[in-house]
Amino acid sequence: MTAADTLAFSFLTLRSYPSRTLMMLAAMALGVAAVVILTALGEGARRYISREFASLGTHLLIVLPGRSETTGAAPSLFVGVTPRDLTIADAVALHRSRSIRRVAPMIIGSATAAWRQRSRELAVLGSTRSLLALRHWRMQQGRFLPELAPELAQPVCVIGTKVRRELFAAHSPLGEWLRLGERRCRVIGVLATEGRSIGLDVEDLVVIPVASARALFNSPSLFRILVEARSRAAIPRAKAFILDTLRQRHQGEADVTVVTQDAVLATFDRIFKALTLTVAGIAAISLTVAGVLIMNVMLVTVSQRRAEIGLLKALGASRRLIQTLFLSEAALLSLGGALLGLLLGWSGSRLLAALYPALPADAPAWAVMGACSMALITGLLFALLPARRAASLDPVQALMRH
Amino acid sequence: MIRLEQVSRIFPVGDQRVHALADVSLHIAKGEYVSIMGPSGSGKSTLLHILGLLDRPSHGRYLLEVEDVTRLDEAAQSRTRRDKIGFVFQFFHLIPRLTAAQNIALPLLLAGCPAAERQRRVAQLLAATGLVDRAGHRPDQLSGGQRQRVAIARAMVMSPAVLLADEPTGNLDRHSGQEIIALLEDLNRQGLTLLVVTHDPQLGARAHRRLRMIDGRIVADSNSDHAP
Repeated sequence: MTAADTLAFSFLTLRSYPSRTLMMLAAMALGVAAVVILTALGEGARRYISREFASLGTHLLIVLPGRSETTGAAPSLFVGVTPRDLTIADAVALHRSRSIRRVAPMIIGSATAAWRQRSRELAVLGSTRSLLALRHWRMQQGRFLPELAPELAQPVCVIGTKVRRELFAAHSPLGEWLRLGERRCRVIGVLATEGRSIGLDVEDLVVIPVASARALFNSPSLFRILVEARSRAAIPRAKAFILDTLRQRHQGEADVTVVTQDAVLATFDRIFKALTLTVAGIAAISLTVAGVLIMNVMLVTVSQRRAEIGLLKALGASRRLIQTLFLSEAALLSLGGALLGLLLGWSGSRLLAALYPALPADAPAWAVMGACSMALITGLLFALLPARRAASLDPVQALMRH
Repeated sequence: MIRLEQVSRIFPVGDQRVHALADVSLHIAKGEYVSIMGPSGSGKSTLLHILGLLDRPSHGRYLLEVEDVTRLDEAAQSRTRRDKIGFVFQFFHLIPRLTAAQNIALPLLLAGCPAAERQRRVAQLLAATGLVDRAGHRPDQLSGGQRQRVAIARAMVMSPAVLLADEPTGNLDRHSGQEIIALLEDLNRQGLTLLVVTHDPQLGARAHRRLRMIDGRIVADSNSDHAP
């Protein structure tokens, strides 16, 4: 029997049992659609996250004093003893690389801020103008820190919205003198950015030039240096340059740690990939269920079609041919179901995309291919038992009763 | 043409062994018209099944056109059945979802015969069995006699060496039965070897050679010259 004839015969058979065929098609289609939609969701979430990260600046490197070593007692980077401080001069030295676009040294502390009768304990961040672009912060009023050599102090500050609200209330803060600890600085701008950034509540923050912060806290040590590489590709070169430069400056001691945002992103990426695989696996179970259904229905079919199977044998169909006929029915069902499922899954993910435009829900190619081949494989695998049973029917027994 | 040598078929029933066929030896020449009669359970159906390669003998040899077919494997037996043996059943055994023409073409389909050739052969047989205007009808749109004619056309489509008919008129009214017998006898006159199993003494008596079976043995053969 030729392949085309086999398929045509199977097709005719399937068509003559419409309700049974539709049921099996639906089971397969739902399984495939589940895989497509769930992976589209997982993939969408992954892309959403990486897009969010990209907007934060994916080319970011963070330089921390101290080396990340698991020394047993104190694994923490921040609590551990740092052999040598990161200094403003270190930060300035990092400007010399072509792979580095921006450098922002950071000193963090807290101080009492006061204006007229009101005073508050606030987080104070010492940095440079580069920080604005580097963190993608926006201004609500006025300007950010002036372009200034990092070693130079200047009595200016930029405040967060909450600081403005609580200290100045209805007054315009621009041009006012804010008392910070023992010093005074003029408010030149208000940050518009809300929420948290690099572990700080931006709304509840005072930003001053880094040299001023050094003087205010009377400590030469930087908390971190934020570095932005020119491109994603430049990140490894920038990292090597930073480690190199700082080792030279620290008498050959490699005592800083460089964390790339890329690494953080990669971790998230891995987590979401694992998540997508997991939901795909769960959805694949529904394909297996569809396979079991096909098997059950086909077993019933075999006993209902005993006379026909007996007849085909009497007309000269070998065991092998009978088996092929049943398997080709299963293959047609699986493929038909898979196509329907793809259509369903595709419409489903379109609908998701329409409802939640922020979520780029598109099933990845591997999931589509995987779902289709999985449908075919489970369909054939579960049809094997019914097909074998049909093939091994005794034609005399099968033909006896009509 | 057909030669059975001491063929037995034993079925285990519980702890008993039932001899459906006991040492049957038989020779049938090409072009013969043979009827097999006997009471129920006499082994005539079993004999027919073994001749049709639907069943294997427990002992003995079966030679079909000098080939020992008992020694063929399952696939080769299927091929032999397809190419050399035609079956006609009491209950027609047509596939309900296929048209008359498609039912007739089924053995050709199983044999992988190309569509054009298939059509040519089917057209010949539709003409020979007087079913030309019924070609596109499905079995439920045909009368009993027409169904059996479709079944005969299907049995003949591979030009078999032998036609095995199991109560071919058992499910038909008298008139249709006579038509079917006339068709079968006509085929026999054209050289087809014809074996008919029947309960009907009138039908059995029409055959040129009449075998009678009881308890798995051939107890009477109207033409003992042919006995091996």
